[in-house]
Amino acid sequence: MTATALPAAALDAAQPMPGAKPTTMPVTLKVNGKSGTLDLDTRTTLLDALREHWKLTGTKKGCDHGQCGACTVLVNGTRINSCLSLAVQHQGDEITTIEGLGSPDKLHPMQAAFVKHDGYQCGYCTPGQICSAVGVLDEIKRGIPSHAQADVAARPAVTNDEMRERMSGNICRCGAYSNILEAMTDVAGAKA
Amino acid sequence: MKFDTPAGTNPIDQGKVVGRPTPRIDGPLKTSGRAPYAYERHDVAENAAYGVIVHAGIAKGRLNALHLDEAKAAPGVVTIVTADTAGKLGKGNMNTAKLLGGPEIDHYHQAIALVVAETFEQARAAANLVRADYARGQGKYDLEAALPGAPPVPDPNANDGKGPKIDKVGDFERFFASAPVKLDQKYTTPDQSHAMMEPFATIAAWKGDELTVWTSNQMINWTKGDLAKTLGLPKEKVRLDSPYVGGGFGGKLFLRADAVMAALGARQAGRPVKVTIARPMMANNATHRPATIQRIRIGCDKDGTITAIAHESGSGDLPGGGPETAVSQTKLLYAGAHRMTAMKLAVLDLPEGNAMRAPGEAPGLMALEIAMDEMAEKLGMDPVQFRIKNDTMVDPEKPERKFSQRHLVQCLNDGAQRFGWSRRNAKPAQVRDGRWLVGMGVASGFRNNMNQKSAARVGIDKQGMVTVATDMTDIGTGTYTIVAQTAAEMMGVPIDSVNVLLGDSSFPVSAGSGGQWGGNSSTAGVYAACMKLREAVAQKLGFNATDVTFANGKVTSGNRSADLKDAAGLSAEETMEYGDLAKQYQQSTFAGHFVEVGVDAYTGEIRIRRMLAVCDAGRIINPTSARSQVIGAMTMGVGAALMEELAVDKRFGFFVNHDLATYEVPVHADIPHQEVVFLDYPDDTTSPMKAKGVGELGLCGVGAAIANAIYNATGVRVRDYPITLEKHLAKLPMVA
Repeated sequence: MTATALPAAALDAAQPMPGAKPTTMPVTLKVNGKSGTLDLDTRTTLLDALREHWKLTGTKKGCDHGQCGACTVLVNGTRINSCLSLAVQHQGDEITTIEGLGSPDKLHPMQAAFVKHDGYQCGYCTPGQICSAVGVLDEIKRGIPSHAQADVAARPAVTNDEMRERMSGNICRCGAYSNILEAMTDVAGAKA
Repeated sequence: MKFDTPAGTNPIDQGKVVGRPTPRIDGPLKTSGRAPYAYERHDVAENAAYGVIVHAGIAKGRLNALHLDEAKAAPGVVTIVTADTAGKLGKGNMNTAKLLGGPEIDHYHQAIALVVAETFEQARAAANLVRADYARGQGKYDLEAALPGAPPVPDPNANDGKGPKIDKVGDFERFFASAPVKLDQKYTTPDQSHAMMEPFATIAAWKGDELTVWTSNQMINWTKGDLAKTLGLPKEKVRLDSPYVGGGFGGKLFLRADAVMAALGARQAGRPVKVTIARPMMANNATHRPATIQRIRIGCDKDGTITAIAHESGSGDLPGGGPETAVSQTKLLYAGAHRMTAMKLAVLDLPEGNAMRAPGEAPGLMALEIAMDEMAEKLGMDPVQFRIKNDTMVDPEKPERKFSQRHLVQCLNDGAQRFGWSRRNAKPAQVRDGRWLVGMGVASGFRNNMNQKSAARVGIDKQGMVTVATDMTDIGTGTYTIVAQTAAEMMGVPIDSVNVLLGDSSFPVSAGSGGQWGGNSSTAGVYAACMKLREAVAQKLGFNATDVTFANGKVTSGNRSADLKDAAGLSAEETMEYGDLAKQYQQSTFAGHFVEVGVDAYTGEIRIRRMLAVCDAGRIINPTSARSQVIGAMTMGVGAALMEELAVDKRFGFFVNHDLATYEVPVHADIPHQEVVFLDYPDDTTSPMKAKGVGELGLCGVGAAIANAIYNATGVRVRDYPITLEKHLAKLPMVA
């Protein structure tokens, strides 16, 4: 939610709870291979748990409501928008963030391919693009179908259309799409 | 150092590092999530509280009362900032509307309060408890209705804004009236949003009366000055730090509400405060590219020679704002003896209109380059040839003034050849590929090169590492890398021996990132500092400065050589300033944009199939990042042509589609592989770098090339952007 001060009459329904303490719960996550437990406000998203509490700021907040993909992380191996789920929904989950994929001295192949193909400019959507790209190649490998397939019962292949379709939840306003595709193609070992 | 005569041969011409495709030196940090953006500085401000802004729910009027009791009593709330608690605030030189509203409200979603709490969740919940009593005023929100009564205004970018309100050469009216072939058409472009991926964000901390803000900003020195002015502080008491900027496109040129509210919140809370502007608040809270209504008239001889050309544009802004300068390129792009350009500016009470990537030229060329396509068709000429026929090597308004360089004809010819333009069928709606109607379009790209004064400091340490510090920003443009390339070339070291520090207002003042001037200007500043450092090094090592070479980490003169690191501890600071070469010569950048589209014959859906840009923009310092600037701009051009429009609620005065689901921008599936070619002609009038801007050129003309390709595919001409399918669906050719 965002705060627009509407005329007072429009807000009669919103009953405040003055003085009420926020509800917290202990949340245990295995982030990048390391388990940790924090007592978190139950309203805290997985995204804010990572950025503000685990202090792993590589995962980005571009819109905070599932429209841009900058907050994409891998949860138990599957990519999700971390802004769209609460941290308390992830008890015991294994979370891989961009920091867990690789480090500046030891980049993951997808991170290295983004550098090689200049698959980014400002860098803000980049961690989400990379986590998503890793997730996408894995989804194709596992045979998960998409809208881009002519026949959803057939095995999906690593094609440009397939990757573009699956990556379309990750917005890059700098417009590096053409280069991101080349980076993904390079990692997938397929020809563009 | 003053650049006032054309550059001779200099160390940059060696081209050992400059001009080579170079991966970004900030790449490993960005791709591994280690580059810290503004809201992420856990390292700098201990115990920061969270601020959430409350935004106005009316577009114009007064705030009679703000009811804060419930919010103040909410858990975790530390303090609440309003206009009442903030005290007297100034307004930044670059701001049209004030950044904290109350009691007067100037636009929808203007900030009216900041709720500061221990956690983000608490601040957000409490902000939603703030209630307001408004007296809603009457505002003007309809550009088309407001323009007839709007006054003409001079071009703010020409003659210091004091030029004529109607710019005339010769006798346009007479020669247009008598021209054998005429075009007179109206075109519209909508309000657009920068929609950069990183929202506005600031962490503010006070130490006594000194303020530091870690923020996301393109123009450090402007914003430092405007923050000081807004808060009534001496400029030297304010420090900005903005090492990584998650996109800007003009949206982060200026001081915005996040920085002001974080500073006020931190002062009132007595501790650091971090503030971001929520995505759905950005479009109405901040600036946007204003909509335009344009009229273009072109008169030609039957052989295609333009004899008369006129371009008029109307746009709106808040009181004290400026026009969208959509007629600028028409003064310079094509020949024609009789000319007229004019702009009108209406007062509108919508959010503040201001610069977005290629302000003026982007919407101006979206119109002009459709008009050129329409005129070519009337003449029965190929649209590439019609443009070439009307090329000019001099400023058409002042024929004694030459372009420093101009290779537009080569851009168009090379582009046509590479793109297979000869296969285009001049008659529209003739080419089918299955269910797709296929068409090709072309447009010229044009954007001026502008230089800005820029300074840097360069030093050498014991390991022979060269460190460059300048307040220049890298907003995705590749500044880190081109600054490193420049210093490496100048000091004769490999690029990984250069350390680049950017974005801190305690560093020498740079050109900043705007108007596609950053690349050439900031590297020219680094060149100047390096020249000064080379002299100091030569002197310290006992060389004659005139015949010394810097290469492979060594300094050499004749048969004597020394290690650069022997000069450890030396540093030099210098500013590059400019004489009047840009007045003597018109310095501009050019492109030929080519696009192929498919239009679904049944549904009208438009898909981009191929894109090519051939660019003439001086020396290309880093072909890798320059290419990315151009493909990114081409992508933004696809957005402008096909989907981007801030829809105005003309009753309540706001942009309705103020988030990323409803303000649509291109996604992966919208963009094919893109081709970019750089002609790479170093221009010795622009700076010792012999470079020019390129980041905005890539956008200029793309929208029209797409529009022209759609027309070629369908035979339906749409003159109102964006070209969404309902605008041509009913008129598409009958499907057999």
